[in-house]
Amino acid sequence: MSYSDLVILEEHHRRFTETLGALRKDASARLVFLVDKNGQQIASDGDLGDLDPTSLASLTAGNVAATDGLAKLIGEEEFSILFHEGEHDNLHINVVGGRAILVVLFDERSSLGLVRLRVKKAVSELIAVLEDVAAHTKAQKTATLSASPFTEITDDDIEALFK
Amino acid sequence: MTFINYASREINCKIVYYGPGLGGKTTNIQHIYDRSNNDAKGKLISLATETDRTLFFDFLPLELGAIRGFRTRFHLYTVPGQVFYDASRKLILKGLDGIVFVADSQDVRMDANIESIHNLRDNLSEHGYDLDRIPYVLQLNKRDLPSALPLEEMTRQLRIDEEPVFEAVAFKGEGVFTTLKSAIRLVMLDLKNR
Repeated sequence: MSYSDLVILEEHHRRFTETLGALRKDASARLVFLVDKNGQQIASDGDLGDLDPTSLASLTAGNVAATDGLAKLIGEEEFSILFHEGEHDNLHINVVGGRAILVVLFDERSSLGLVRLRVKKAVSELIAVLEDVAAHTKAQKTATLSASPFTEITDDDIEALFK
Repeated sequence: MTFINYASREINCKIVYYGPGLGGKTTNIQHIYDRSNNDAKGKLISLATETDRTLFFDFLPLELGAIRGFRTRFHLYTVPGQVFYDASRKLILKGLDGIVFVADSQDVRMDANIESIHNLRDNLSEHGYDLDRIPYVLQLNKRDLPSALPLEEMTRQLRIDEEPVFEAVAFKGEGVFTTLKSAIRLVMLDLKNR
């Protein structure tokens, strides 16, 4: 089977959150969100308010996946930037390192130009962290089996999930 | 593709419900949503047409207990079953950890079931997956209908290996959770054995 698990350590999460926090401040954004392309939330910074982060992550990934499909249909590799303009809030979506999606939610306190400018710097920092994540995940695969916390899962552990 | 977050101590796995159109995939998810505890489920997202046919996907996040100190979350997706939505089906399969195939037991839908399994195998291989090596459960839905084929016939035609097979009447909820638990069990065992 061709797959690679995504393993985020605390160190990675801290670096992601720091970058997102700096971006949110610099871009005067309401919320900044990093999502895996498969729809899993990686990190966020800002006020979620009533927003459901799981739904946001899943729909964002679906949005990007559908757009990727469109891009390939017309011969493009991908559309790496998407922008959705609303009446009050706007969404700027950026594909990062072909693996993650950066979402910036902003309102009239910011502007598209400012967001795009600040996102550029953040993307290069995020790519560096993602590369470390990928390297760690690869190293973990070749490490001894006892390194994984799940090799000792028992049938009782699994059955207990349904109680 | 399991997502393991050591910072938040979470495991996130993706299970996809696949099968021919109107076979009961969305009905399964809706029943799971309706019957799950509020603290175990997230919002149900359904991207559907005006006639309630799945257009892109249904999505339901479920949180079960903890295992080895990690919260376990399962993201359940359905694909659109109608034949012409194949491009969308391919997108939803990406990053999956397990599959529930929902077959329609009506005799007139057997060809559609078989075509859907072939379609699943082809779409998986485009992503580099092998259907024979992914956690996989077969649900035979609509067992209550008079035109439902016998269990032995359904199993003979649709079973691809030794995967668990469950009978279901999804709109009544029968077999829905049994199927889901089996899929989750297989995904966790696969995680253990990686």
